Amino acid sequence: MLHLPILRYGKPYRSVDTATAVHYRTRKPYVEASQANVGLIRRDLMKQHEAAAILQGFTTKELIAMAAKASSHFLNDDLPLGDSTQSPQEFVEAISATTGLPWVMVRRNMEKIAGVLASMETVLMGLTRLPNLDMLDSGVGDIDGRALSFFPRGDSMGVILPSNSPGVHSLWAPAIALKTALILKPGSSEPWAPYRIIQAYVKAGVPAEVFGYYPTSHAGGGEILRGTGRGMLFGDVAAAKAWSGDPRIEIHGPGYSKIILADDGAAHWEKYLDLMVDSVSNNSGRSCVNCSSIWTTGDGRKLAEALAERLAQIKPTAEDDPKAAIAPLANPDVAKRISGMVDSELDGGAEDLCAKMRGSGRVAEYEGCTYLLPSVIHVPSKEHSLANREFGYPHVSVVQVEPHDLPECLGPTLVCTALTNDKQLHHKLLANPHIGRLNLGPISTMKISWDQPHEGNLFDHLYSRRAFQAVPELVG
Amino acid sequence: MSTAIQPDLFAKVQASKERLDAHVREIVEWHFNPETGCPFWLNWAQEAGWDPRKEVTSYADLDKFGNFHDDELRGGPVRRWVPKGLAHRPVYVFETGGSTGIPKSRVQMDDFRIDYENFSETLPDEFFPKGSDWLMLGPSGPRRLRLAVEHLAQHRGGIAFSVDLDPRWVIKLLKRGLLQEAELYKQHCIDQALTILRAHEVKCMFTTPKLLEALCEKINLEKAGIKGVFCGGTEMTPQFHRFAVEELLGPNIYFAPTYGNTLMGLATHRAPEPQDNWAIIYYPPMPRAVLEVVDFDDAEKVVDYGATGRVRLTTLTKETFIPRFLERDECEREAPCEQYPWDGVRNVRPFSRFQKSVVEGVY
Repeated sequence: MLHLPILRYGKPYRSVDTATAVHYRTRKPYVEASQANVGLIRRDLMKQHEAAAILQGFTTKELIAMAAKASSHFLNDDLPLGDSTQSPQEFVEAISATTGLPWVMVRRNMEKIAGVLASMETVLMGLTRLPNLDMLDSGVGDIDGRALSFFPRGDSMGVILPSNSPGVHSLWAPAIALKTALILKPGSSEPWAPYRIIQAYVKAGVPAEVFGYYPTSHAGGGEILRGTGRGMLFGDVAAAKAWSGDPRIEIHGPGYSKIILADDGAAHWEKYLDLMVDSVSNNSGRSCVNCSSIWTTGDGRKLAEALAERLAQIKPTAEDDPKAAIAPLANPDVAKRISGMVDSELDGGAEDLCAKMRGSGRVAEYEGCTYLLPSVIHVPSKEHSLANREFGYPHVSVVQVEPHDLPECLGPTLVCTALTNDKQLHHKLLANPHIGRLNLGPISTMKISWDQPHEGNLFDHLYSRRAFQAVPELVG
Repeated sequence: MSTAIQPDLFAKVQASKERLDAHVREIVEWHFNPETGCPFWLNWAQEAGWDPRKEVTSYADLDKFGNFHDDELRGGPVRRWVPKGLAHRPVYVFETGGSTGIPKSRVQMDDFRIDYENFSETLPDEFFPKGSDWLMLGPSGPRRLRLAVEHLAQHRGGIAFSVDLDPRWVIKLLKRGLLQEAELYKQHCIDQALTILRAHEVKCMFTTPKLLEALCEKINLEKAGIKGVFCGGTEMTPQFHRFAVEELLGPNIYFAPTYGNTLMGLATHRAPEPQDNWAIIYYPPMPRAVLEVVDFDDAEKVVDYGATGRVRLTTLTKETFIPRFLERDECEREAPCEQYPWDGVRNVRPFSRFQKSVVEGVY
């Protein structure tokens, strides 16, 4: 069986303890990953300043150029994988094998990651808003004659990665160009993408010593977050809550992304149906930027029925079908548990209109795999327990609200697409502190602009500004 | 992994079984004799309506007691456990658990000394030199380990320096999610250890896996003069074993992993062999304690060699009789070996069916 080692600042280490990820279809062991014990992680973290010092030896320009090369390597080349190598197609098949994602979705995510690496200069310009990225090398500069200085908040960033979808890796990948070493804990079912990104960077010339790759337990993940200067956590509600009080950690929990339709938008909802379908079902509903609820001041029932009719057409297909639109769940028990949870809350007038259209439940078997088919839940009120939930499959609630309820009723919202010309509502949305990314107009919640992060700014997370004064002869 | 008894060991294994059966008869006679037994077991026999002295003639006959419930060990009066035959002796009480609720207690007179004197025989003098001083970096308070390690040091002609460490407080911190506080407390313990190591010439030490890791983050133990480390108290994985030997200690410090608790005493490890792949294999101090590996769903059934099951302990000393006690651990059953011609246990770890509710602290 294929074995993935730990990478201790680039050096492969085969642990005595291993964990196995199974193939989603056969349920047979597919890959074995060395597991890092907590003490080993702690011991390695004592050297993180050395990794940071290595990156300080490069200019930002050099690192941007390496990221561009890494993009091409990631997308096109055979790259090391354990004792062997992995082609791009093998990478696609491997991710599909352990996560269930159809090949077409893996490729889409792959392109997303490669896109960020290739556009690193644009990404950094967007993140830093600096007119000149050379300032990242000197740590000092000026904008319109005003002095500016900043310093790194930590030597490395620890990242606890998820297993649901590889697209999220594009969020931490720019850290290298920001001269921050990476300590990664891969998701147990998706160890592939972070390993391949590291190998692509290394092939492009970034020293392997700036990368830590530690498949490990929950406790090991905690140690990574505690021991690194800055951290990033992808996790569920419970995991996010556990670290919510720690300002060093940028938390990526459930997104609760939404579409709202008001006034003219609500009146002409039909023309936004494609956008709603894409926002709900793209990437099989696994992303935090997938829309999980639609809030309309118009006829919610009618909108929900039309959306259900469209989403009910989504059917399981083969993993290599280029039109595959839904992914099976790697663990069938999880599918049944989620479906049971939704069913248990379908009371007080809430109804799964998609199930009604299909004439069958949402758990489906296809070629030995278990799927959660789309749900469109029409809820009777904004207070209903299913009004604002997220489940990791194409699941959306449709809520009819009064105009004056918006936007207060939305709560925390990672991405909000507002379909309305109501300027007053625009102002309210712009002032709302709970919205991470605001799309005014018909923009899918899934559309990401990498120079504008939707959940925290990596530069602000990794760097802090300081006041700075110097006599002229001391500033080069 | 040995999955059968090697033929050349048959005679030795048989001899150890016979020795165990004889020891069982002696211990049962002691604990159920109205002149020497403790109130708990004498009352138990009265209520059970059968006389173990007549019906138990071998180790296998202890099945008649059924599984021992650890709740019997909670609360007082602890004197119900003191055998009449030893009532004239000074009594110690040691506790286990107790971060919430009433801890389990075990009374002892000399058992901890006997257990650790026996264990002392397994320590190589080259790495645990006689006459050298020890650091006890482990739990203090009402724990048996504290006095036992001190006695071990004294028995070997040394003096033991110890630290203040309250594991119950650490478990409370962890349960409340106060990880930073727990970390600070651990550092407080490490600071005490560093002070001792700097101020005294210490060559041997006891510590727990987590404290060993934390100590080695601060100091090179070889440079500090340490030659042997006796480690136990919490779970040790094969990967930790390797990590400790290869990275924390290096080739010049002897690492002696142990599995033990207040009820059993101390199971010593078999010298590792390459084919073990860093598995930690322990053998109990027969005949004073017996470890068996039983089926998860049928605790009466001992699993095959190499198979996984739950650890079942039987303690057989004149101070303590505890038959068929199901530990909160699981492991693989290991076949007898030349040095220990009786069953052992491999890779002991927390019982997976309880795992969510078990919190292991810094210690």
